[in-house]
Amino acid sequence: MRVSIITTIAAAVSATALGAAEIAPTAVSFEDGTVSQSLSGVAGDPASGSEIVGSKKLGNCIACHQVSDLADVPFQGEIGPSLDGAGERWTEAELRGIVANAKIMFEDTMMPSFYKTEGFIRPGNAYTGEAADDTFGPLLTAQQIEDVVAYLSTLKE
Amino acid sequence: MTNLKGALSALIVAGSMASGAMADPVDDTLIINEELTIVTRTAAPAHVADVLDEVMSGWLFRGTETRAMQADDFDNPGMIFVEQAEDVWNTADGSEGKSCADCHGASSDMSDVRPTFPKWNDAAEKVFTLEMQINDCRENRMGAEKWKYTGGDIVNMTALLASVSRGKPVNVAIDGPAQSTWEDGKELYYTRTGQLELSCANCHEDSYGKMIRADHLSQGQINGFPTYRLKNTKLNSAHARFKGCVRDTRAETYSPGSPEFVALELYVASRGNGLSVEGPSVRN
Repeated sequence: MRVSIITTIAAAVSATALGAAEIAPTAVSFEDGTVSQSLSGVAGDPASGSEIVGSKKLGNCIACHQVSDLADVPFQGEIGPSLDGAGERWTEAELRGIVANAKIMFEDTMMPSFYKTEGFIRPGNAYTGEAADDTFGPLLTAQQIEDVVAYLSTLKE
Repeated sequence: MTNLKGALSALIVAGSMASGAMADPVDDTLIINEELTIVTRTAAPAHVADVLDEVMSGWLFRGTETRAMQADDFDNPGMIFVEQAEDVWNTADGSEGKSCADCHGASSDMSDVRPTFPKWNDAAEKVFTLEMQINDCRENRMGAEKWKYTGGDIVNMTALLASVSRGKPVNVAIDGPAQSTWEDGKELYYTRTGQLELSCANCHEDSYGKMIRADHLSQGQINGFPTYRLKNTKLNSAHARFKGCVRDTRAETYSPGSPEFVALELYVASRGNGLSVEGPSVRN
């Protein structure tokens, strides 16, 4: 009996370490386009979020949005609204919903859905032009979304 | 010296700021070799007038140096490939021992061809792109091997045929037997493909004139194809560019020459009806 309790605890602990609290892209609960629950269960890191927003290889948010706080990142795009003051205009739950899947709040938005794995037309394997294979995952991980939300929350005018 | 350096770096900073801020198409006129005026901006054809007031060549969205390269055939690297194709035009190939010129005469007599392609082909009962027509000639008139759809031989030949049509308005037919293909192309134009869920229209209808990262979005007109790109230093066909765009939506692309891209080419070409043929153009 004691052995089995210990085994159960050990299993629970290791499951947590592997991210058991993470919400899968297909299981995110939206309410009017907002997501109140953390996707990873771990607080977001604004420094990491800043890197993701500015990096071409990660979120590449500045391909379309300008961010004065990232003035050292060149070639900021003009497609979407400036993200300056985003942390004042939007609550954390709104930001999480917009970053995870903006089309739920704004039906016709051009913005890609960063935490979505289903419902695409001809999904590809990254930028290869080939069909998606079984490695297909969301554009950003649950923790990366949390990091971006944490960073955006710091943007005050 | 120090002053000169200071002035130079000030100029460079001003220059890069200006290009960074540049968003709208420029107000400029393309005159090739100081004699041939190209229509790079005109009223939208009726079938796109609900979404665009004017149609504009991609030339208006490029920088000063790139625009200048296209205005002089000696500076346009695409013209080297036109010269190569002119040699091929006059050289016999295949089992029939015929050259293009044997049936068609001088390449300069072909100026009415490029503006109307893609167009319906009665015998094949489908819409032909210029590449398909060239390969049909090679196989069925010359007894020669087909060329690879986006290979150097065929893109050079399309550059030759475009070059002799420069200044003539694009005028593809969208009605009659071509209509259903045109409608397929239109549907594809508005389909949001790939993991980024982007349609042609998202960038080239809704956002032209804006910067997406370092790229200045144009209307995606194809009147300038094939286009010599400074980025890959070769001529690029419309289907190769379509493939690159669809790939950049993180999608499984269609193949050059596929029915999907033939339909898309007809539709996109029709959005530029009234613009001058300007291939081979020069772009980034």
